[in-house]
Amino acid sequence: MAEPIKKVSIVVSRGSLEGVYPGLIMANGARMEGIEATLFFTFFGLYGIIDKKMDHLKVATVGNPAMCVPDAMGPGLPTWMGAIPGMSWYATGMMKKEIEKLDIPPVREFIEMIHDAGCEIYGCKATVDMFHLTKNDFCPQVDEIISVGQFYEKSAGAQIIFT
Amino acid sequence: MAAKEYAGKTVELDADGNLVNQADWSEDIAKSLAQEEGINGLTERHWVVLNYMRKEFQTKGDAPSIRKLTKESGVDTKELYGLFPGGPAKKAARIAGLPKPKGCI
Repeated sequence: MAEPIKKVSIVVSRGSLEGVYPGLIMANGARMEGIEATLFFTFFGLYGIIDKKMDHLKVATVGNPAMCVPDAMGPGLPTWMGAIPGMSWYATGMMKKEIEKLDIPPVREFIEMIHDAGCEIYGCKATVDMFHLTKNDFCPQVDEIISVGQFYEKSAGAQIIFT
Repeated sequence: MAAKEYAGKTVELDADGNLVNQADWSEDIAKSLAQEEGINGLTERHWVVLNYMRKEFQTKGDAPSIRKLTKESGVDTKELYGLFPGGPAKKAARIAGLPKPKGCI
């Protein structure tokens, strides 16, 4: 039998709702299975842990050819329609409702839960500097702002997953 | 399917090592399953989780999500991971005599 996975290091690089959730679900799932997990937020993924932004993440309705309305098996949403004001707001509301139905918590609560489960949470130093942010801009669950080198050090022995 | 003896009783186990027949479960079997999972001695707090899981399973047909568990049983996430180190949902379900939880959360 293949060696079971012992540790994962998950990179979240996108800041849309559908960009942030997969990494959170994977991190939480890892901890539930007794797998060590680390979350590293970089570029727009940082919005998932910025205190004033994390409760307002939106679904991207433009640039996603798989986006269908009103649900997954409906016709595709043309790009120009996705750009209509309020479209992203509407799609976000729909998705949040479905997420809640599955008992998946909102981003902030999910981050708290994952952190309490023993997952370490880091922000990317290069992006923090680029966006002129400081550690105080982040939710209290963020353990540290680290460089890519430190990220690799902390990921020793882990499978790295980029989302 | 394998059979194994716990607390003086031979029970059938599924591929995950969980009880096939919930009717086989008893508090003594729970204690020896816990020991096998590295938990020596089930405390009152362990039983809060186990009893809640059994109750949820009987009404819903699946073990509760961690979120539901921590919200409704009164045991928070940190304590839960402390009580069942290395995979609380999976371990607690096994000790409670339930199949491995199907949900992702």
